[in-house]
Amino acid sequence: MDFLNAIVALANFVIVPAVAYGSQLALGALGVTLIYGILRFSNFAHGDTMAFGTMVTILVTWWMQSVGIGFGVLPTALLALPFGIAVTALLLLGTDRVVYRFYRRQKAAPVILVIVSMGVMFIMNGLVRFIIGPNDQRFADGARFIISARDFKEMTGLQEGLAIRTSQGITVVTAVVVVALLFWFLNHTRTGKSMRAFSDNEDLALLSGINPERVVAVTWIIVAALATIAGVLYGLDKSFKPFTYFQLLLPIFASAIVGGLGNPLGAIAGGFVIAFSEVTVTYAFKKVLVYLLPESLEPEGLVQLMSTDYKFAVSFAILIIVLLFKPTGLFKGKSV
Amino acid sequence: MKKLLLATTAAGLVAAGAASAEDVKLGIILGFTGPIESLTPAMAAGAELAMVEVTESGKFMDGGKVEPVRADSTCVDAGAATAAAERLITSDGVKGIMGADCSGVTGAVLANVAVPNGIVMISPSATSPALSDAEDNGLFFRTAPSDARQGQVLAEVLKEKGIMSVAVTYTNNDYGKGLADSFTAAFEAVGGTVTGTTAHEDGKADYSAEVGALASAGGDALVVAGYVDQGGPGVIRAALDSGAFDTFVLPDGMIGSALEETFGDEIDGSIGTVPGTESEGAGIMMKLIEEAGIENGDGPYVGESYDAAALIMLAMQAAGSTDASAYKEKIMEVANAPGEQIFPGELGKALEILAGGGDIDYVGATAVELIGSGEAAGGYRELEVKGGELTTVKYR
Repeated sequence: MDFLNAIVALANFVIVPAVAYGSQLALGALGVTLIYGILRFSNFAHGDTMAFGTMVTILVTWWMQSVGIGFGVLPTALLALPFGIAVTALLLLGTDRVVYRFYRRQKAAPVILVIVSMGVMFIMNGLVRFIIGPNDQRFADGARFIISARDFKEMTGLQEGLAIRTSQGITVVTAVVVVALLFWFLNHTRTGKSMRAFSDNEDLALLSGINPERVVAVTWIIVAALATIAGVLYGLDKSFKPFTYFQLLLPIFASAIVGGLGNPLGAIAGGFVIAFSEVTVTYAFKKVLVYLLPESLEPEGLVQLMSTDYKFAVSFAILIIVLLFKPTGLFKGKSV
Repeated sequence: MKKLLLATTAAGLVAAGAASAEDVKLGIILGFTGPIESLTPAMAAGAELAMVEVTESGKFMDGGKVEPVRADSTCVDAGAATAAAERLITSDGVKGIMGADCSGVTGAVLANVAVPNGIVMISPSATSPALSDAEDNGLFFRTAPSDARQGQVLAEVLKEKGIMSVAVTYTNNDYGKGLADSFTAAFEAVGGTVTGTTAHEDGKADYSAEVGALASAGGDALVVAGYVDQGGPGVIRAALDSGAFDTFVLPDGMIGSALEETFGDEIDGSIGTVPGTESEGAGIMMKLIEEAGIENGDGPYVGESYDAAALIMLAMQAAGSTDASAYKEKIMEVANAPGEQIFPGELGKALEILAGGGDIDYVGATAVELIGSGEAAGGYRELEVKGGELTTVKYR
């Protein structure tokens, strides 16, 4: 019984939140990694692209709620998601046309593109704050829980409760579906194959007649979809505030780099590595140990490696360790 | 107009010693943006209510007018608050400041602006124990009690309810840290156990990590020494969602209508304290607020704001001068016995008594009694969430 309680406590406070957070990071990191692989630069505007997509989705969600369109137990935001993706895709294609294409034609060094993307980041940042404001926005509706802590306790008779929020369930399911679709697209369609060819060897791809502008456009559209989905899932699960999306940039980049930049599989693995380390390093294990250990060995303190204030430091530390020992990431990516 | 004003001021100066008609500006520096932005409009309106009352009585400095000037303290940004206070004094020429609100910015404004410029500051809501010993040249007062007292009250309430083990989380600033420390000390003194203490940063999207650590520490209830417009509700939401805690102990920063709107009856049984008294004055104040139609007038610190503004004006009247170095000595005098008791809405009468050389004991909306270096002795209202609403249990 104690053993079960320990497992449930661990699941409630570590595993469930980390899996949901990891899925969100993985989707974000996939976007970063695709841009790095195909367009060959680190896109600093990714966090704010997520914020922009989420903002459009929120505005459409509010409109739907006001005219009475709902999605039953699921959040209305899922219905509004396609609109968010469409508008974000237009924005990204527009940015590419106005900004990035100019530098691409000049064959600008990646480092210049990074700085350019930083400029784009500030503009998007301002745009989002200008339209929706800097404050917290609530847009979640539908049922809050798949199973609440209280129900779980009653069902199982355990002392510990396990809560799974609807948003956490949706996050994981959506992430799996999106990743499966993305891999199918990259591996089995003509466009996907041409993207991979372009990523592997640009000159060879051009020689074999691949239209580079088309590849770039498709990449931006996919990135818009990934960013918007990641942003909306994060917003549903936590809350939407432009500044927190800007802060997400660090763990997302850490995930992409840890997994190996340019490698989609690595991005997913990296997302979960970062999420699990952030959560486990800052979790106080006292409760779990009290259940597991005999009474004489019960810990006095909280058994917490690091205060929760240092959450972001964890992603930094992992990033540095990986770059020191495995510059191309856990899965073979491109070196930074 | 400006010339006319100058002329009257000059005339006032010539008529040495005698109180004379003078238009006075008072600064109201509160966090109109930031973590307590939902509380401050009603607080400012409370202070302005006192100023309008004094102006309309026509007895202030022989018919002088009092004009409020608002400025934004932001509650958290000491630099912005200092700049705002500097502007009040140098460009608006205020003679006294009602504010600031949060403890951190209040300390900054006091040290950087009020003391160098020699301006009196009365804060309605800065409650950090550290401000009691701040270097103030006798210029700083507060109509709110120090959190050292709130910590004791919370500890007593918990003891009476039989809650003897709690976890504590506080917003990572002067207010949160001071309150958490004073509560921990007081609670351990009455025999309670604080299982764990974790700070939380305001403005984050997700507090599940903090709550995870607190849940691991355990306890019968969670003390959330935070802000109702910032991280506080996020912490409570995460604790409810994960089933970690369902009873919360909420000090003054967490009490507000936003709490009822967000959680409703989900937090039934939770306990709160907020400065407040059962005095006659509180009832009269409520009536004044209703007549003036102030939105959210039943929020915290509205009466304290009224009292803070009133004290500045009464002390000016008693000293017969708007010069801070003269009237700062009078503030304790008008606030405390002996003298005729003054309730809200009776400022005209008080001004008349003072003009005649009499003595008053300002009771005001919050039974003002200044102790020590000039802070309220502190009555508290004990609250409980019942059926989704904050209801008053009793005063202590």
